[in-house]
Amino acid sequence: MKYSIFSLARAALSGHKNWQPTWRDAAPKDRYDVVIIGGGGHGLATAWFLASEFGIRNVAVLEKGWIGSGNAGRNTTIIRSNYGLPGNTGFYELSMKLWEKMEQDLNYNAMVSQRGVLNLYHSDAQRDAFARRGNTMRINGIDAELLDQAALRKMLPFLNFDNARFPVQGGLLQRRGGTARHDAVVWGYAHAASELGVDIIQNCEVTGFTRDANGKVTGVETSRGKIGAGKVGMAVAGSSSRVAAMAGLRLPIESHVLQAFVSEAIKPLIPGVMTFGAGHFYVSQSDKGGLVFGGDIDGYNSYAQRGNLPVMEDVCEGGMALIPMIGRVRLLRQWGGIMDMSMDGTPIIDKSPIDGLYINAGWCYGGFKATPGSGLVFAHLIARDQSHKEAALFRLDRFQRGAMIDEKGQGAQPNLH
Amino acid sequence: MRIVCPFCGERELGEFTYLGDAKPQRPAADAGEEAVYDYVYLRDNVAGVMSEHWYHGGGCRAWLKVTRNTLTHEISAVEPAAGAGAAKVGA
Repeated sequence: MKYSIFSLARAALSGHKNWQPTWRDAAPKDRYDVVIIGGGGHGLATAWFLASEFGIRNVAVLEKGWIGSGNAGRNTTIIRSNYGLPGNTGFYELSMKLWEKMEQDLNYNAMVSQRGVLNLYHSDAQRDAFARRGNTMRINGIDAELLDQAALRKMLPFLNFDNARFPVQGGLLQRRGGTARHDAVVWGYAHAASELGVDIIQNCEVTGFTRDANGKVTGVETSRGKIGAGKVGMAVAGSSSRVAAMAGLRLPIESHVLQAFVSEAIKPLIPGVMTFGAGHFYVSQSDKGGLVFGGDIDGYNSYAQRGNLPVMEDVCEGGMALIPMIGRVRLLRQWGGIMDMSMDGTPIIDKSPIDGLYINAGWCYGGFKATPGSGLVFAHLIARDQSHKEAALFRLDRFQRGAMIDEKGQGAQPNLH
Repeated sequence: MRIVCPFCGERELGEFTYLGDAKPQRPAADAGEEAVYDYVYLRDNVAGVMSEHWYHGGGCRAWLKVTRNTLTHEISAVEPAAGAGAAKVGA
């Protein structure tokens, strides 16, 4: 099914009764060239890039629940490429460029909205750090603008500029950043991958790996039977350690819970994405009018997909410090997702020490914006057995070599990243 | 989540700070690079019952060893961590 203004008009004329499922819910075959574990954004994007970019179409995506039921459906939908360290800067810009053409590539409306991402600064030192990051971005061909307080007063008159402790002095703005509709990203990749012959298999939990005499991975055991595979890629976010353990691997990762929040719908208020620089609070406004916001991870290991009240209080305090007038807006929903927190805050996209098994993990809480880039570089790694040049530093052995990419400079304490 | 501190009684989570899995043991000073890498970076990342270190910064400022289920957040035991605190209560 190809979507266009004509398909929409045809469907409208028949009362919208003849829409077909946008992707095929497949049953597992005995064997695939590549099996991807995890039917989230990253897994589905990987399958689509394998089929479209690298000509490998005999691919299955295995999902334990339903596609997009994990972090792809639990994030705050922010896309941006405002990173400062080598490795991150190029990779996230690659991803940003893919966001910009995703809807045409996939023939699917993912509601990509480049409404701008603004990081606020509250001290001279923070301004200098942001100026440096902005300069790094611009040297790498990425857009960044340092705004002063006068410019912000025009844009966002309701901010608490004169807060005694954390006055808003200005901000670093990436206009090309913004938001995308997270579920539509999942469905879009599923749609486009399915069109190219990829099997998307739901309710199919991987329970183990099959290995040959040399230890090479030859397939997976699942709740729907054994499935043979030439190569197996895992993109399972918070479950990375559990899946890797089935192959006898331990990863430099801890799983932590991150909460996100939506308020009741209000009239248009927040024009783009905004982050509070003196605490941890980021907010945007959905097209339905709800304020979508979040802050820190809860800070303790968890697989429970729900958080606790102290962090909720902390996030709301951050919001109140920045935008006092949202104090009377009521919270509508709150949820938690399980983050694969790596030891330096940066992802791992690499071959595992086991032949035939490839790892895509350690996204911390920045996985959503990376979805298209992650799909491309992971597909590249699986298809060519060689890292994509923009992911060449995301190696599993970087911790042993002392080549960490620690954007926040926090060291091996995942709950601080 | 509330933690029953053996010194202060039941207190809300906001008073506590998390360190992590209590299992990794610092290797001896002459241990090889591999042992240090394992200690600093690799984790079991347990899905289930795990023993972990928490710090009661908002109370007695003692380190605690908490046994908690990471799938449900259920806490089954809290005891003083090895050190001065544990010595005080004879643990």
